[in-house]
Amino acid sequence: MSGYRLSDGGLTDRGTTLRFSFDGTAMSGHSGDTIASALLANGVRIVGRSFKYHRPRGLWGAWVEDPNGIVDVAWNGRTTPNLRATTEPLINGQEVRSVNAAPTAAGDRWRKLDLVSRFLPAGFYYKTFMWPRWERYEPRIRALAGLGRLDPGHEPAADCAQVNARCDLLVVGAGPAGLAAARAAAARGETVLLVDDQDAPGGALRWRGGTIAGSDWRDWAEDAVSTIKAAGGRVLFRTTAYGVYDHGLVCAWRRREAGPDQLWRIRPGRTLLAAGAIERPLTFADNDRPGVMSADAALRYLRLYAVVAGRRIAVATNNDAAYPVAAALAQAGADVSVLDSRDDSLAMAECALAVERNTLPSAALGQEDLTGVLAGDLRLEADTLLVSGGWTPTIHLWRHAGGGLRYDERLAAFLPEGGMPAMRVAGAANGAFGLAAALADGHAAGGDDGPAPPVGEGHASYAIRPAWPDPAGSGRAWIDQQSDVTVKDVALAAREGFRSVEHLKRYTTLGMATDQGKTSNMAGLAAMASITGRAIPEVGTTTFRPPYVPVPLPVIAGRRRGQLFNPPKRLELEGRHREAVAGLREYGGWLRPSWYGADGAAAIDAEARAARRAVGLLDASPLGKIEVIGPDAAALLDFECYNRVSTLKVGRARYVLMLTEAGIVYDDGVVMRLAEDRFIVSCSSAHVAGVRMRLEEWRQDRFDPARVFIHDATAHWATIAATGPKSRDLLEATLPALPRQALDLAHMAVTETALDDAPLRIARVSFTGERSYELSVPQSAAAALWDRLTAGLATLGGCRLGLEALLILRAEKGYPIIGKDTDGLTMPHDLGMTGPMKKREDEFAGRRALFTPQARGADRRQLVGLAVDESAEPLPTGAHGYAPSGGRRRSIGYVTSSYLSPELGRPIALALIENGRERLGERIPLVHLDATFEAMVTSPVAYDPAGMRLDA
Amino acid sequence: MAKYSVVSLIREGLRGHAGWRRAWRNPDPRPAYDAVIIGGGGHGLATAYYLAKAHGLTDIAVIEKGWIGGGNAGRNTSIIRSNYLFDESAAIYNHALTLWKGLGRELNFNIMMSHRGVLNLAHDEHEGRQLKRRIEANRLNGVEAEWLDAREVKSFCPVINIARDIRYPVLGATLQRSGGVNRHDAVIWGYARAADALGVDIVQQCEVTGIRTENGQVTGVDTTRGAIRTPKVASVTSGHTSIIAGMVGLKLPIQSHPLQALVSEPIKPLVPCVIMSNAVHVYCSQSDKGELVIGAGIDAYNSYTQRGSLNIIEHQMASLCELLPVVGRLRMMRQWGGIVDVCPDASPIISKTPVKGFYINGGWGTGGWKATPGSGHVFADLIARDEPNAIAAPFALERFHTGALVAEHGAAAVAH
Repeated sequence: MSGYRLSDGGLTDRGTTLRFSFDGTAMSGHSGDTIASALLANGVRIVGRSFKYHRPRGLWGAWVEDPNGIVDVAWNGRTTPNLRATTEPLINGQEVRSVNAAPTAAGDRWRKLDLVSRFLPAGFYYKTFMWPRWERYEPRIRALAGLGRLDPGHEPAADCAQVNARCDLLVVGAGPAGLAAARAAAARGETVLLVDDQDAPGGALRWRGGTIAGSDWRDWAEDAVSTIKAAGGRVLFRTTAYGVYDHGLVCAWRRREAGPDQLWRIRPGRTLLAAGAIERPLTFADNDRPGVMSADAALRYLRLYAVVAGRRIAVATNNDAAYPVAAALAQAGADVSVLDSRDDSLAMAECALAVERNTLPSAALGQEDLTGVLAGDLRLEADTLLVSGGWTPTIHLWRHAGGGLRYDERLAAFLPEGGMPAMRVAGAANGAFGLAAALADGHAAGGDDGPAPPVGEGHASYAIRPAWPDPAGSGRAWIDQQSDVTVKDVALAAREGFRSVEHLKRYTTLGMATDQGKTSNMAGLAAMASITGRAIPEVGTTTFRPPYVPVPLPVIAGRRRGQLFNPPKRLELEGRHREAVAGLREYGGWLRPSWYGADGAAAIDAEARAARRAVGLLDASPLGKIEVIGPDAAALLDFECYNRVSTLKVGRARYVLMLTEAGIVYDDGVVMRLAEDRFIVSCSSAHVAGVRMRLEEWRQDRFDPARVFIHDATAHWATIAATGPKSRDLLEATLPALPRQALDLAHMAVTETALDDAPLRIARVSFTGERSYELSVPQSAAAALWDRLTAGLATLGGCRLGLEALLILRAEKGYPIIGKDTDGLTMPHDLGMTGPMKKREDEFAGRRALFTPQARGADRRQLVGLAVDESAEPLPTGAHGYAPSGGRRRSIGYVTSSYLSPELGRPIALALIENGRERLGERIPLVHLDATFEAMVTSPVAYDPAGMRLDA
Repeated sequence: MAKYSVVSLIREGLRGHAGWRRAWRNPDPRPAYDAVIIGGGGHGLATAYYLAKAHGLTDIAVIEKGWIGGGNAGRNTSIIRSNYLFDESAAIYNHALTLWKGLGRELNFNIMMSHRGVLNLAHDEHEGRQLKRRIEANRLNGVEAEWLDAREVKSFCPVINIARDIRYPVLGATLQRSGGVNRHDAVIWGYARAADALGVDIVQQCEVTGIRTENGQVTGVDTTRGAIRTPKVASVTSGHTSIIAGMVGLKLPIQSHPLQALVSEPIKPLVPCVIMSNAVHVYCSQSDKGELVIGAGIDAYNSYTQRGSLNIIEHQMASLCELLPVVGRLRMMRQWGGIVDVCPDASPIISKTPVKGFYINGGWGTGGWKATPGSGHVFADLIARDEPNAIAAPFALERFHTGALVAEHGAAAVAH
């Protein structure tokens, strides 16, 4: 118990007391605290346990870099796993639990695991657990691994909005560099979007303070924010730009106090990365003890929350940035001493505290908690050890965007190298350490060539002397605290040949924890460099990948859930269908009536019969209506379709297949020629998007795009099909104004006319084998037409026709549904359509593939019918026909469609069967999920094989 | 090869792990080999291992331009299954599955092969029928497969929501119990160590810049570390197959696309098996470290950059949240991309070529990982004998001329 809160100071609202618990112990904090600052103020030292050895873990950082403060938080009846205590605001009533520990972080029952750690080095699991097999061990290891626990009873809503934003300049980071850049750009009239993951501007100024342009930095920051807003820009706090994607797209996760989080998709003219830098640890024996903390984090806890990390504090550093920390803590009343690896420096010279020169800690003392520091012969009593191993610029987004890096020996850091057209880096992220340098760098990056605002004294020096991990050091020195990777593990990886930085990462798990190595990667690769006698840049970094911090899945997913996940397409007439008690289901993305009435089976039966005996009325609106227009329209369609289209006369329609380049049937449909240069491709409803895409692709690839246009009008038109021997009577009775010649249309003819001033297209096309009329009108006229037609149904003994009955009717006729009755091997001749491939000599999509040996070979699976006894159940769809083959069964094809035919009073089925057409009359065995059947191979056409009904 | 075991771990533990040796040597390339394998990924290293082990061909090198396992081997979601529809696919993937089963012990490297079962969900009747047909096709091919109804799915994988009133209700699923996941890096290192022990040179940081031929016969390769003479060159370079083939003037019917995947933060066990859904279009399993490993579809455009576009990730997350709404409290920890080589029929190429001594193994699309041992095994056989065996034969290049495609792609029929 070492941390405590001062009686005044800080930015928290001391008037508000917030109650929370940690591992079951009641505690309190203030509004404005993070969970971490409240824990520290309550004297909590052990906030969790490490992943592998269950070592005690204390707070190391104060923001996203902290590897240790991972907690599950229950609040308002829901638990969120793996929250970062350092970035999560404290809320009244939170129940905070440490992860990877039971029952509590301090009293974890697995803490003895560390005693056998010598047998569990990096990658030990690759060397054992093989006998008898891995699964014997896996469940226990899995139960030990993993951090937080997901609440299986809670399903969060999909309520995160996604916001698309544009700006001239996106500035990531509202520290001195970012503010200066944004201010300069805004002053020049640019629209600036400034995002920062904290809840106020200033960046490190918030705890390091400073004087800018002659007054307190807050005045200058405020002025910068107003300048941005006055120029039409925006400033977003609690917003983390976490990834850069192709073409400069930047994604940001915005947390809001009122309302769900948001994803911001930002497309800036250019981006300025001013994300600052992160303090590195020092590496020495047992440097993972609770009580060892980043010096900068301690200052942050002090200034923002008035929380002092400890009472007897040792500060160990290799650079000047830790000196203001030491001074501030001493001023706050702590007993502070300083260890510095250097002999002399500006800050050291000015320091009023005792400084041990040329000294760094060699070990942290104490077991579960820090009791002192060993530095060579020197032994210091201390409850807290603040360390600064230097600073690592935060260049993640620069790397996402593909920016280069160089290693700067003077700053001992990787810095952005080279230029990118749409991104720049400024401030500490660019190696401009210290307030004056950062301000100047940002000011210039914002486009102002003039002098940057002047700053006050005392922020200039850095003067790092690198202190990388010492492979020869004694004891266990931690590099990755969350994943439990020590310098010895890096040495072991090197010894075993895992020397590439990516192998090192994967073998030891270094940098693979939830902090993604923000504080560990540099130390890890420096250790590897030193062990293998290479320079740091030779070892290099691992790939930087989004996200910069873990982002909630719903933020990325947005509102795509349930109906919005993949919205079904809706019919204009859906209301009419619902009134008629339609059972609605999804077919090819459209919500369509399966049948009408409460009893599905009976309705399907009645509807199918009515269509054969009288008339059925089908809402066929989803049928494709892709218009192909222009002088080259016929040529394009000739190329797209297996069947020649250019020979079609105006006013006629033709059934066509469309093939992939491999000659496989992609879709079928009807092409109508409305004028010499105007066609409509009425493809199957599920394939409209695909056919349109193919047409567009061929148009652009092979044709003069100025001479042919594609326009998908599917959604603009409703199509109502009347099918059955009394379909003509229905039209005559209900649409008396219809011209005679429309009623008298021949099969596969089409005409354009009008009805009630609305255009009407009538086509004689049949998917049932009965006389049929397809009436297409603009959606606005659909309801009136439907109402008139349905009003005449009863008199004629007709009814509305659902999709299920239609599927039976077409199967009775042997009409295939492409993709259901065909598969990825089916070619036109397998469906019996050999004409075009024999006759056509011009090029069309898929032609070449139709003449390969395989395409012309024997044993092709052909579309046939299958007949079973009248009393039998329909065959299961998907049942395989088989032939014995060397003691086993070999599939010779399968059932693609199967129904009970109301009209024929027996089951019917379509199937793709090897050499099917040669097997007509043959009885074949079938098998499906262990049940066997027998069926006779027949023609696919079970009803009206002569096609007499089309004009009945 | 010093044996790995719990005994050796304890022994080394007592002396500070000072005695562990390199898992594989790091040799410089020699001037000549009997065969050179380009590509130190899973398939390449497996090929080398089986060439050495099964065919006694040990004077060979695996040439890797970066670090072994750094391509698709290190980027996949490590799902293992063999429930393919077509006989030819079933044969090779089942061959692989058989080899996976004992591979950890054979290589003396724990590859964490976890046969935890693979569920393929059916969300509507049509899909259910398709999947049932697949089960029977699997059984006819001796591939283990079974059908679970919704209740059985729930009891096998309790995290799946089987309510009927959701956008994509789960009506049932196929289950291949022998399917599962493994640790991809371990497979790489295990193969490398075992191949190295048999005498194979694994040469990293060595990029092939050209392939030498004389009179239509391979004579060697040029690399960034010098020329190497060899009568046999085998390309196993997923994502860059076309580029290597281009070095001998061979044009392949391959398109290269980005494929992305991501992991969540680690959590305690939630998903006990592999869940795959075509309709919702996502697949997911949980790693032994606790992360959810999530994959989805390819980016539609062609690219050689190992990164993809945001909309794919957005859809992938929406899919996962739709399928398993409880994961809505989780966070994405890391995302990445690889490059997949896709053939017109979505099946691989394992083949001799018109250039004598030049062999190709590639074009595995999104499904190569699961085939690794089977692919390496039959490819080694092809290289050693210069003739494909029965399992490899259907995947020869000639099929793009003969039309004898193995069309796993289109076999997934589309609803009307």
